[in-house]
Formats: sequence, C-alpha cells, structure tokens
Amino acid sequence: MNRPIRHVAIAALLMFAALLINSNVVQVGQASSLRANPHNVRVLYGEYSRQRGPIVVAGRDVARSVKTHDQLKYLRTYPQGELYAPITGFYSLVYGSTGIEQAENQILSGSSDQLFFHRLAEELSGRTPQGGSVDLTINPAAQQAAYNALSNAPSYKGVRAGAVVALNPQTGAILALASYPSYNPSKLSSHNTKADVAAWKVLNNTRGGPLLNRAINQAYPPGSTFKVITAATALSSGRFTPNSTIPAPNQLTFKDTTHTLRNFQGETCPGSGSITLSDALKVSCNTAFGGLGDTLGARAISRQARAFGFGGSLSVPLPVSASQYVESSDAPLLADSAIGQYSDAVTPLQMAMVAAGIANNGVVMRPYLIADTKAPNNSVLSRSHPRQLSRAVTPRVATEMTSMMERVVNSPGGTGGAAAIPGITVAGKTGTAENVPGAPTHAWFIAFAPASAPKIAVAVLVEHGGVGGVAAAPIAKNVMCAVLSC
Amino acid sequence: MTGILLPVGEKRRSTELALIGFSAVLILVAFTSASAAYSNKFPSGLVEDAIGFIALSLVAHLAVRRFAPYADPVLLPAAIALNGLGLVLIHRLDLSAQKTAHAHSQSAGTAAAPLQLVWTVIGIALFIAVLAVIRDHRRLQSLTYTAMVVGLGLLVLPALLPASHSTVNGARIWIKFGGFSFQPGEIAKIALEVFFAGYLVSKRDVLALAGRRMLGVTLPRARDLGPVLVAWGASLLILTRESDLGSSLLFFGIFIVMLYVATQRRSWLLIGLVLFVLGSLGAAHFVPHVHERVQIWLHPLSPRYITNQSYQLAQGLFGQATGGIFGTGLGQGRPDLVPFANTDFIGSTIAEELGLAGLMAVLVIYLLLVMRGLRAAIGTRDDFGKLLGAGLSFGLALQIFVQIGGVTRLIPLTGLTLPFLSYGGSSLVSNWILLALLMRISDASRQPLPDRPVAPDEHATMVIQR
Repeated sequence: MNRPIRHVAIAALLMFAALLINSNVVQVGQASSLRANPHNVRVLYGEYSRQRGPIVVAGRDVARSVKTHDQLKYLRTYPQGELYAPITGFYSLVYGSTGIEQAENQILSGSSDQLFFHRLAEELSGRTPQGGSVDLTINPAAQQAAYNALSNAPSYKGVRAGAVVALNPQTGAILALASYPSYNPSKLSSHNTKADVAAWKVLNNTRGGPLLNRAINQAYPPGSTFKVITAATALSSGRFTPNSTIPAPNQLTFKDTTHTLRNFQGETCPGSGSITLSDALKVSCNTAFGGLGDTLGARAISRQARAFGFGGSLSVPLPVSASQYVESSDAPLLADSAIGQYSDAVTPLQMAMVAAGIANNGVVMRPYLIADTKAPNNSVLSRSHPRQLSRAVTPRVATEMTSMMERVVNSPGGTGGAAAIPGITVAGKTGTAENVPGAPTHAWFIAFAPASAPKIAVAVLVEHGGVGGVAAAPIAKNVMCAVLSC
Repeated sequence: MTGILLPVGEKRRSTELALIGFSAVLILVAFTSASAAYSNKFPSGLVEDAIGFIALSLVAHLAVRRFAPYADPVLLPAAIALNGLGLVLIHRLDLSAQKTAHAHSQSAGTAAAPLQLVWTVIGIALFIAVLAVIRDHRRLQSLTYTAMVVGLGLLVLPALLPASHSTVNGARIWIKFGGFSFQPGEIAKIALEVFFAGYLVSKRDVLALAGRRMLGVTLPRARDLGPVLVAWGASLLILTRESDLGSSLLFFGIFIVMLYVATQRRSWLLIGLVLFVLGSLGAAHFVPHVHERVQIWLHPLSPRYITNQSYQLAQGLFGQATGGIFGTGLGQGRPDLVPFANTDFIGSTIAEELGLAGLMAVLVIYLLLVMRGLRAAIGTRDDFGKLLGAGLSFGLALQIFVQIGGVTRLIPLTGLTLPFLSYGGSSLVSNWILLALLMRISDASRQPLPDRPVAPDEHATMVIQR
C-alpha cells in the first residue's frame, strides 16, 4: 500500500504547488491591476486616511482636508469654491479628480518620490504620513477682481459666461485664472456618493457648462485682438513701420468672388482710403488689416502666431488646449484670418501670452501656476523658475507694438479707452469676434500695464458680450488695478 | 527522506519542545504587533495570555510524552503555530470590528477571539483524551460501522432538520438548538474516514482483483461499483440539499483516493474522475447556486457581480493584491472589508497583512503537516493504519487546497474552513481530534519493532498483488 500513498504525497505536493503559484499570480502578477480597480476602496481609504496637503494662495488654503468622524478620515473642502474651482479642480470619490488636485496628486497625497524620506521618517516615528502642500502663483486680489467682474458681465439668453487670465509678463507666473460660470468643488468631493452623483447631474444640466474651464480649455475666435499678431508680422517683416501707410477702403473686394470684407457696422476708417499702421490698430480698421494680411501672406502670419505659442501644447501643469491659426491661400479667407476670424481659435490664456510677449520685450515666458511645493514640515520640495517659451518679436518691434497699443487706450478715437487708468499707461487691444450667425459677438480685450515696465498682462473674454471696448476693457482695467493698486 | 531524518525508535521529544517554543515566540510577537497597531499601549493582559497559551502548549506536549512518545515531533508544533496564528488574526479582526462599531457609535458584537480560545482549550483537551483513550489505532477498526452511522448521521442531519435549525448564511450545514450551534461536517469527515478505512481494508481484495481489462485498465465489475455510486450519490445529495459545495467535493475526493490506496487500482481514480466531471458539469448546469458560483469565479470583477454576489471574493482579491509580497503588517491592512474575514476568508487576511511571504509560510506549515501525516501512514505496519493515515492526511490537503484555492480564485469558492486557523469551534475541535489520530498512527509507525510477530502473509500479499 505504500506505493499509492507515495502517489498521494506527490498529488498533495502538486496541489500545494498550484496554490503557491496561484498566490504569486494574484499577489504579484495581477497586483497592480487589482489595486487600481475602481471597486478597490482600500486605495481610497488609504488616501483618505492620510491628511491630504492643502492648495495655497498667498498663505491661505483654497483646498484643504479636514478631519471627519466617518470611515474616510479626512474631507476635502474648498473655502472659496467657485472662485478657485477652475484651478483646484475637485477631488471626488465618484468622479476622480481634476485640476491641481489631479496634476499634483503625488505631492498632495504624499506619495511622491520627493517625499520618500519624509514618509520614512513619519513611518518610523509612528505618525501617519501627511501630504505636501502646493503654493499657487495666483494673486488673490486679481483673481477676485476677475471673478467679480465676470459675474457682472453682459449675459446672452440667460447665460453669463467668460474668462480672464492674467500673467506676470516677466516670469510667466499666472496671476489670475478665472472662468465663469463656476461651481463649488466641495459638492463633488463629499463622502456621500449619492449627493456627489446628484450634484454632478445638476452641474452637467446647467446651461453655460460650469465644469468647463474657459480660460484654458475653450478656444474662441479672437476677433480684432488678432490684429496685434498681424501688425507684429508686418513690423517684423521689415517692410513696415508704425507710420507706414496702408490701404483702407470702405470695403475690401476680391477677384473672382462676390465676398467682401467690411468694417465693423460698415463704418469707414479715418483718412481718405489709406491709413497708417498705427492708426489702423488704434481704430481697429478691418479693411486695412485684411489687405495687410493678403500682402504678408498666410505663411508669415502663421509663423508669427506660432512664435507667440499657437499650435503648441502647454501644461501649466493643467493641460491647455492648443490655439490655432489655419493658413489659407484663398485671398478672402486669408484676409478674414488676418483680423481674427475664419478658422482662428484661441484660448484666453494664449491671448494673455500675446500681450505678455510684447510687454516682455518680445520674449514669451512659459506660463505656470505653481510657485512651489512644500513638504508637511514646510521645507521646500521644488520651486518654479521662470523659463522662456519663445522669442516672439525683436525688442524693437516690441517697443513699436507697445506704443501702438498705448494709442489704442490713450489716444482720442482709440477703441480701448475704457481700460485707461489715470496715472498709469495701459497698452491694449480690443476684439469683437463674430461667432454663431445671429448671436452677439464675443467681447475681447488684451492689455498690459504699466506700459513702460509691465507688471501684468491680461486677456479678457466675455462670451456674446458685444463690443470688446465696452464689455471687456473695463474688466481688464479692474484686474490690472487689483495688482497695480490704483 | 523523512525516514532518514526520523529514525524509527527515537523519541525526539525535546525537538518537539524546542519547536513549540519557537512557535510560541512567533505567536507572541505577532500578537504584540497586531495589538500595537491599534493602540500605543502595551497590550493589556499580554502576560496572562502568553502564560496561558504556553501552559496549554506544554500540557499538550507532556501528554504526548506520556501517551505517544514516538510520535513525529513536527506535528504538534505545526498545529500550535497555526492555532496560535489563528487566534492572533481573529483577535486583530475583533479590534477592527470594535473600532468600526465605535466610529458608528454602535456596540461591537461579541468578540470572537476569547471564544476561540475556549475552543482551543476544549480542542487540546480532546486531543489529550483521544491519545489517552485510544492507545492503539487498530481498535478503531472494530468501530467501522458505528463510525459509518455516526458519520452519515451527522452529515445528513442538517438536510433533514427544518431550515430554522440548520441554515446559517444560506448553507444548510448546521445543527442549531437554542443558543447552541454546531457544524457537524468536520467531525463527520473524521468518522467517515474511519469508516472508509475499515470498510476498504475488509473489501479491498474483491475491489482490487475482480474485473476485466479494457483499453489497458482493469475495470471493476458492475456490482462492485455500488460503494462508489453510493458515495457519489451522497455527495450530490449534500450539494443539492445542503448547498455545501466544499464538503461534497471533499468527501468524494477522500473516498476515491482511499479506494485507490486500498486497491492500488488506477481505474478507480479514472471512474472517480469521470463521475466528478459528470457531477460538476451537471451541477454547474442544473443547480442554480453552483452555476452562480462558477460565474462568480470566472468573472469576479464584472460589474454584474462585484457589488453583490462576487463582492466577498473581489474584496478578498483586492486585499491579497494590496498585501503584495511582504504584506501591510498586522493591524495595518483592511481585511475587515472582506465579509467573513475570520472564517472563510482568513487566508485572505493572512495574504493582506502578512503578504505573499506569510501565506506561503502558512502553506508550507500545512504541507509539513500533510507530508508528515503521509509519512506516518507509510511507516505504520498495519493496513488499517496506513489507509486511515493516508485518508486523514489527504483529507487535510484537499480541504486546504479547496479552501485556499477558492479564496485565491484558483477554483470556484466553496464554504470550507481552514484547519486550525478559521474561527469556529466545531472545526477547531475536529482538527485537534484529527491531529491526535495522526499522532497515534505516527507513534505506532516509529515505535521500536515490537516483540509480537507480524502477520506472516501481510507483506507477501502485496507482492503477489503487484
């Protein structure tokens, strides 16, 4: 009987071998996919059991975790939810996370490699590891001014929508990034998943799309603000100066087509059929810039647009949608594209970068939102340093563009007079962009100040807000004043 | 190999004592670390618990010295290590249950660990009693048919009792009267192993020799198929009436393997396999809860099942994955998220908190128990002892395979307990009795050759058989 017993022993050995191999498969082979399974609440419990680090603006938390008494030990709260939602994003049990919450999750949750030794020290001393903090570059006064102004902007069909981006032109630091309408991230970040789901449904059914970040993720026709790029192309070509005279007919006609280009509301540009480049920008003469576009060619304008950042993908570290300029060899379309219509599509951040590039002697700095990250003991983990993104124009062209843009605001007859600030020279450009036929135009304004030593560059967009110089310019003025204390 | 390590005639009781000491240290370290994870204080009552557990182990050891001095010195320390680890894990799960109850301002249920400790005392007492009363395992052979009646009776009883006296959590495998509840399956398993051994020893010749050769295997006569068919039918009955997939598989497996050991005839394995496949396919097709078990096994993470039917298995797998290679550490994971973490899913608790390393260590201890049990079966000199030892050891192996295999999704999940580790009195007590029987056989196998003459034809018969 011993032979079969030995066979039984072999069978038992094989059974145990199967168990051992299978455990290896589950605990090592499939481990990472099982850990990442959305139904695995252990990972979440682990994340929620540590105190997630705060997101800080000028020393005040705009997102922080507070202790609770339920199973998830910490609740994420946003003390000024709507104001900062486009930046912080939300941190939801149901919908994951967005914004800085997502982009800087490793620092905030404490799982970053940069926090390794810190984590080790806390583990050894028996304390629960905490997350690090993220300090933003945002200027709270500018952010508040932008948000307040947007909430009083003109509305269309009951929807009031717009965005403001302000940059420090010398560094690229983002001083304000506001999008309207907004939402309160606390409502998506509660521990009551039913309430989260209900809030999500409400937000998705709200007209105006409060979850959309208009400042960086929505592209609009830039309208006449694009003339800054066309003018810069002309000056950079060496064939034009601000005083060069260019044709400015009442309407631009083209060969072989009935398409015409006219000025805003059919107005005539001053002068008798011709105008200086500087005056054309001041009054935003469509026919002059349309013809100029045809003279310069799509290739040259496109190259200039790319030098300002068009077509590139950016991470600030929130992902920014690319802005586009589409080259056309068709004269009417090329003329349209030179005045910011046709297929031109830009984000407010991109237009702020255009203003900032001219303000900074022609150099566009890489925009960024994070000033520094800190370990829980406040030691700095990383600090952002200003980096050049591109050289858009030469210092000479930048200087010429600056004085031309000053005249838009300060000279009698300029379209941007509403942005003028007593005692401070403001350089700017209005935009009034046609969009859906029949709907009011989008109102744009880009500006920087003080013109001689710029501290802030700003872009304002009001969806269907009407005329840029009326609806958008005052908002830009308010935001600049918040930073320049006027 | 074990034969070389353990020469016949040596007692090796001090080896056993040293191994018990090692187990005790291991358990006390585990207990301290699990308690420390929940409070910064030195666990209260540690000294008393430690003294109690060590004293219990020593009593068992002394009983072995007295009643089974030649028994394998590895068996008792292995059981003590497993039983102790089980107590630590059950205590650790009590702590998290208390904490959760406290967080919800509810009162925690009865703590399981103190009850399990009481059952440990009873189990070790019965272990000693079996060693003391049954001084020669061959005496059990005279109880063959009594064992059958007891075993079948215990097994079938829950199916006959009204559901209110037999059903807990959907499985009809309990006997409940008043506050007292008992799961008879485990004790029935031992009784049936005794019956199978006695029955097969007396019938082995006819089951081994008669038959025709077909396709290279000798098939038994149709009328000798009776016992196999009865066992098969009984398994299917357990399955359908009591919804107890695990026990059904376990009993049939043990019977077939003991039949094979008794007759050395591979055709029995073949017949068993065919019947098993037929039974499984049929059950998977026609028995709704078996069908569901198979679906859960195949798709535990499917959204269709994960929030309900496969919740337990999926949570267990998540725990195992979170544990990874070295585990989260005792008291640092969330095994309490898995329903029945201290009984059915205690393997998952080990995997999460002690990691792959811990689970593999536990499996190796089990393997040691099984292999030393089979070694005793090989070494013992009588057929009944060989059959009983092989049956008990293989039963242990199969139960662990089905249990851990279910929890780790190697095979569909069934409702068996993990010997010595799982919370539950009937299981723990039965396994201590089982261990006593194995040690009794082991003791017989390693005694110096007795003066009594060996039946002269015993080994000769086997030679002729071959």
